[in-house]
Amino acid sequence: MSDTDEFEYELEPIEILELPLDAWHRARGARMVEFAGYHMPIQYEGIMAEHLWTRENAGLFDVSHMGQLMLSGDGVAEALEALVPGDISALKEGKMRYSLLLDEDGGVLDDMMITAAPMGLYVVVNGAVKWDDMGYLREHLPDEITMNYMEGRALLALQGPKAVDALARVVPGVGALYFMEAGTFFWGPRADPEPLWISRSGYTGEDGFEISVAAEHAKALADQLCAQPEVQPIGLGARDSLRLEAGLPLYGHDMNPDIDPVEGNASFAISKRRRVEGGFAGSDRILKALAEGPAKKLVGLSVDGKMPVREGAPVFAGDTQVGTITSGGFAPSVGAPIAMGYVAGGHNAIGSALEAEVRGKRVALTVAAMPFVPHHYHRRGANA
Amino acid sequence: MTRYFTEDHEWIEVDGESATVGITDYAQSQLGDIVFAEVPAVGATLKKGGDAAVVESVKAASDVYAPVSGTVTDGNAALEGDPALVNSDPEGDGWFFKLTLSDTSELDSLMDAAAYKAFVDGL
Repeated sequence: MSDTDEFEYELEPIEILELPLDAWHRARGARMVEFAGYHMPIQYEGIMAEHLWTRENAGLFDVSHMGQLMLSGDGVAEALEALVPGDISALKEGKMRYSLLLDEDGGVLDDMMITAAPMGLYVVVNGAVKWDDMGYLREHLPDEITMNYMEGRALLALQGPKAVDALARVVPGVGALYFMEAGTFFWGPRADPEPLWISRSGYTGEDGFEISVAAEHAKALADQLCAQPEVQPIGLGARDSLRLEAGLPLYGHDMNPDIDPVEGNASFAISKRRRVEGGFAGSDRILKALAEGPAKKLVGLSVDGKMPVREGAPVFAGDTQVGTITSGGFAPSVGAPIAMGYVAGGHNAIGSALEAEVRGKRVALTVAAMPFVPHHYHRRGANA
Repeated sequence: MTRYFTEDHEWIEVDGESATVGITDYAQSQLGDIVFAEVPAVGATLKKGGDAAVVESVKAASDVYAPVSGTVTDGNAALEGDPALVNSDPEGDGWFFKLTLSDTSELDSLMDAAAYKAFVDGL
């Protein structure tokens, strides 16, 4: 007997939801797992092959579990700026920015992409926390700001050096976009074209696109993309190894509400004007951390030998624990294990020698510059 | 020689009191690309059902359990340089370790090939 009996109640099993492309994934031989409350493809052919295919060709990822939100109303940019550290009011239509949703203490509730769209701000948030994000946004944004959850839209990412060739054949004109730009494009028969919202962005470190499409057309679009010789469908497993090599944090692992943006190696997301003016959730704490340096910081770690060092492994400098691994695994394009983790000040400069403990054994680590694999973004003004 | 299987997807091929242990083709197909394997040291004493080796795929680390109790006589050194042998030849060159059985009656609780196939078909 416990004295908490009075609080016990029958829990309904939580229903795992299906995404618009569920049957499409299964028909293509995907192994499905539960992720963020949905059945999702972890792999088709194999993580290693899918990872390398994306780095050399183009991979199609179904990221429809992510939350697509449209925030609109007069003063929407200024209103959102109370909750994120980026300069959103300076975003011109068709431009996007990586940002962070902050709690009152400056802790990171989520990371997100914010795009200035014709209708308002198009915001893409992580699937695992999208309901919390929506609740928080609704609670903290003024009533005049409308939040529309675009539940009827799927989100596909086409990533890799050949993504532009493949997509431009299916959707003419997308090659005009540069990294972190977005716009409406038309796909399908000239008499009845379907509008797609397409950005040149992604989370693999490669050039590529993210495509918002009405759920009922997602299958036809995915079929047409996969009919291009450069394109293979890619699962969540390779999505994770690709983003780790690209030095991109995974929310819920490398960032959480106990972490502020400076600790999370995301100071770049705190815009210049916001650093001067403050005025966002937790700005006192965050601007102090910016000025004084954080007590700990998310860093990249190269791993000696072949044994992967994974999330949760403690990190030591001699006998003293100075950090914890938050993401780690084998990096197919590096050909060795790599990791990310939080390491205390004094031990987190690039080149610092540390050790992780895995199954009672010490493994040598070195604090490494990120990304582990160079980014290949199609930046405006850069030499192609 | 007789080959037995466990519900944890190890195989053990027994020749008298000596045996070779690995993971099954089903196990490697579930794990995916193997990137690291750690085999027990020669002389290590293993207990039936206890941790014996580790196999890591791109996405996760998994334990390999001892199908029976015994003393390790050899570990597959080839897995260090080429862990993908576990994918390409799991029930042959991708073996993990050899051991001397301490109690051959422990084999009675294991499955034969037909029983293991039925077990996997039911998963």
